Amino acid sequence: MGKKKTYAITAAAAFSTVTALSGCGAVDMTEQRSPFAGAAGAKTVTLSVQSWVGAQANTAVAKYLLEHELGYRVDTVQVDEVPAWDALSQGRVDAIMEDWGHPDQEKRYIGDKRLVARGGGLGVSGHIGWWVPKYLADRHPDIADWHNLNKYAHLFRSPESGGKGQLLDGSPSYVTNDKALVKNLGLDYEVVFAGSEAAQITQLKQQYKRHKPFLTYWYKPQWLFKQVPMVEVKLPKYTDACAAKDPEKIDCAYPTTPLQKVLNADFAENGGRAAKLLKNFHWSERDQNEVSLLIADKKMKPQDAARKWVEEHPRVWREWLP
Amino acid sequence: MSTSMNTENTTTTGDRATENEARTASTKTAEAKETAARVAATDPHVAAGPAPTVPGSSAAALAARSDAGSAPRLRGLLARPAVRKLLVLAVLAAAAGVLGSRLGNGLWPGDLTVSLDQPLGKASDWIIDNRDHHPLFTYFLGHLSNAAVLAVRGVYLVLLALGWPGVLLAATALAWRCAGVRAAVTTAVSLAVCGLLGMWVPTMQTIALMAVAVAASVAVGAVLGVLAGVSARFHRTLQPLLDTAQVLPAFAYLLPVVLVFGIGVPAAALATVIYAAPPMARLTALGLRSADPQVLEAVDSLGATRRQRLLTARLPLARKEILLGVNQTIMMALSMVVIASVIGAGGLGDRVYQALASVDVGNALSAGIPIVLLAVVLDRTTAAAGARLGEESGSKRTADTAVALAAAAAAVIAATVGRRAWPDGWAVSFAEPVNSAVDWMSAHLYTGVPVVGGTAEIAGHFTGWVLDPIRSVLQGTPWWGLLLVAAGCAWLIGTWRGALTAAAALAAIGVLGVWKPALDTLSQVLAAVAVTLVLGFAVGVAAARGRRIERLLRPVLDVMQTMPQFVYLIPVVALLGVGRAPAAAAAVVYALPAVVRITTQGLKQVQPAAVEAAESLGATRWQVLRQVQLPLARPTLMLAVNQGMVLVLAVVIIGGLVGSGALGYQVVFGLAQGDLATGLVAGAAIVCLGVLLDRTTQPRRTDKDSK
Repeated sequence: MGKKKTYAITAAAAFSTVTALSGCGAVDMTEQRSPFAGAAGAKTVTLSVQSWVGAQANTAVAKYLLEHELGYRVDTVQVDEVPAWDALSQGRVDAIMEDWGHPDQEKRYIGDKRLVARGGGLGVSGHIGWWVPKYLADRHPDIADWHNLNKYAHLFRSPESGGKGQLLDGSPSYVTNDKALVKNLGLDYEVVFAGSEAAQITQLKQQYKRHKPFLTYWYKPQWLFKQVPMVEVKLPKYTDACAAKDPEKIDCAYPTTPLQKVLNADFAENGGRAAKLLKNFHWSERDQNEVSLLIADKKMKPQDAARKWVEEHPRVWREWLP
Repeated sequence: MSTSMNTENTTTTGDRATENEARTASTKTAEAKETAARVAATDPHVAAGPAPTVPGSSAAALAARSDAGSAPRLRGLLARPAVRKLLVLAVLAAAAGVLGSRLGNGLWPGDLTVSLDQPLGKASDWIIDNRDHHPLFTYFLGHLSNAAVLAVRGVYLVLLALGWPGVLLAATALAWRCAGVRAAVTTAVSLAVCGLLGMWVPTMQTIALMAVAVAASVAVGAVLGVLAGVSARFHRTLQPLLDTAQVLPAFAYLLPVVLVFGIGVPAAALATVIYAAPPMARLTALGLRSADPQVLEAVDSLGATRRQRLLTARLPLARKEILLGVNQTIMMALSMVVIASVIGAGGLGDRVYQALASVDVGNALSAGIPIVLLAVVLDRTTAAAGARLGEESGSKRTADTAVALAAAAAAVIAATVGRRAWPDGWAVSFAEPVNSAVDWMSAHLYTGVPVVGGTAEIAGHFTGWVLDPIRSVLQGTPWWGLLLVAAGCAWLIGTWRGALTAAAALAAIGVLGVWKPALDTLSQVLAAVAVTLVLGFAVGVAAARGRRIERLLRPVLDVMQTMPQFVYLIPVVALLGVGRAPAAAAAVVYALPAVVRITTQGLKQVQPAAVEAAESLGATRWQVLRQVQLPLARPTLMLAVNQGMVLVLAVVIIGGLVGSGALGYQVVFGLAQGDLATGLVAGAAIVCLGVLLDRTTQPRRTDKDSK
């Protein structure tokens, strides 16, 4: 037992020594890197992966090219969008490959503090909306218009929606105005938050298997459309004036956003060939979906899916190489 | 029986402690002493009032159902504290009813809430704007963060340098030396499985982070524990903090930690230390305070100084508790591994989290199994090391050391000669069969199963017939009524202090402005606890009957307790649909093992003489169970209820990921959006719920029952 205690004491001593050794002066912890980075003296790039599969596809291909074409070691970290911006500004993450627009963070980190730099467009446009399954739209052709949603509210009832129709929302990290929309458009619906995209997808697939009705918040590009064909519900037309309103008062559709890459400012300047490759990274919605489907549907590992795509589309990625 | 009501060492991760009960019988008696000491120190009733006001006896009096004659019955009734308490409560309720029209009859009034949005938003902005230059960050937190990074990196590099043969051999040798051959074999097999699953590198990252976090937790916990053990005043100050830490859900403080340290390893390490240090502090203090007074007197009479007394008598006497503390700390730290992945800790947790994103149960399981294996290995090894304390003979010791030295040498050789990375070819993937099994299950059980109906229908009924009514009752009761009920429950079972705390906790929820979602969460917790208790008691009774059932159950319970919830979220949603029902199911899976274990333990501790006596009187097995075993094991069963509550509450936030809404979702939302106001307020409300539930189910004073 004496041994055990000695271990504990040794550990404590080691810990405090490390603290002491790390310097007595000031330490800027926003400049620290991951302890797992560059383990064997390799040049390391850390990429943020968001929880959705499209983002995994971007990152997987970027990672594959960085590793196999440029000889970097790539670490990936999965974090939600806003914390990822934070990590980006601190250099814990070098790049976010797919950003859906975060005005507050852009203002703070790109505008005021200049810790983050834009990395150019990804080549894919994102669109958020409400969707119903195609079989439902075939059965009731007028359902895909918000004017008629109240008429069909009974179809979407669930144990969670309390007698109203259920509008299924997903992960808390996603941009959504759905509560305001339901209220301002006078819809007889209850927004139910699935809490994670995984839960939402699982639920949609279950409904689809049995051809049951559902109304869901969803977005393009997304691989799920290949498995579960859906029709978008028409919402009041998007205008900039409407989007500028107080979030509680918004009553129009979501915009179509060209997705952006963002890099840590220091990395963008001094990141060498890796930074150049990531800035040049630009592909189409079809390319992204191809990789996403391999990951999510065929259950391939992201790196295998990336290799398959890279082998089949050399013309696309050759242009990105610095 | 000795008291086992004490929740001191049964923590939110699971009650390794109760599992260890057999081998730590001495700890239990020590706890009883400690509890009694605390009662004397803190409870004015003991000092001022007559003995029966010591709560716990009140419940005992109720249960005793004496058969006194009819004339003194009324006076007898009035003499019972529980009845007096009920009378007081009835008067209070009547008074509140009269006042009710003025207090409002609905949810918590808006005038009584305090909005923290602005100050919290400002605090968050201040941190972001100042963390790269303010001295608080550069001179203090920065060093902390730096030390964490350096330490984790150091361990990780050593592990990588050893290579897989080196790590395997070194770990096996260490387990052999500390805990014997069986533990060594378990260790070797488990590590090999981690490699075979293709998870070697993430496992090493997790071990590196764990090693540093556990070392820091043990150090911090030991220092706090020794201070609390030596100074009564410090102990009194620390006690409420540790009590709160016990009901604090891990997710709740990820947000502030991330805000200060940013995502990544430092934040994860720090969150783990906050989470895992309390049991160490608690058990160290317990061990020191419960040292045999006679021994101490003897030491004193020899003229030892205070320091000598601490180092030569008190600490060695407390080593069992201290080692149990280390065991608990390790288990808590491991359970944090997956949760920390949400803030970018990397390692195994991150693999589970990424697999969850692509709805891939198979791969989540491949990363989840190493976590379970690590937990089993570390638990068994530390537990076996604890059991072997004091029974070591000299010759065995030398033999073990020789074995360890040989293995260490082998490790060094292997590290220099052998291959370092786990060979790619040696991997088994079972993701595909697992995924097809889940698909089959969700396709065939979801709906339309004859007689019982599909799982979706069951979930629907559970939501409609159980969850909804409880929620409507809670949200329909006037707010002051709920405060009274909470205070009343806590008072009946505990002291007026407990009642005050419970009412204050509930009121705090109202003041924070999350009354309605908190009641929603409360309804889900109550429903899930009810299911857990029904199942847990049933299984526990069965396991107490037959040794074989218990032995079969052990690995199952281990897996349920340590498997990251992220792994089974998808199958649960696939079977039950999105909503509150799957959240409740996930909570039941998590809380069930503890309830089963405590129940089994409690029933088995009932004196065999009592059971035999009943049997000799011709009682059937059912009668014995109902009239002898259950009443005698009542204190332990109350502990099971209490632990069930705390554990179910601990996974409320996981429920937020599958559509439970309410507070769980708000915390997840706060974390995902970096919204300190929403996340922190909801987290604080969960803590308040925890305090409330703890006080209303924990008869804190147990000395009566234990006699």
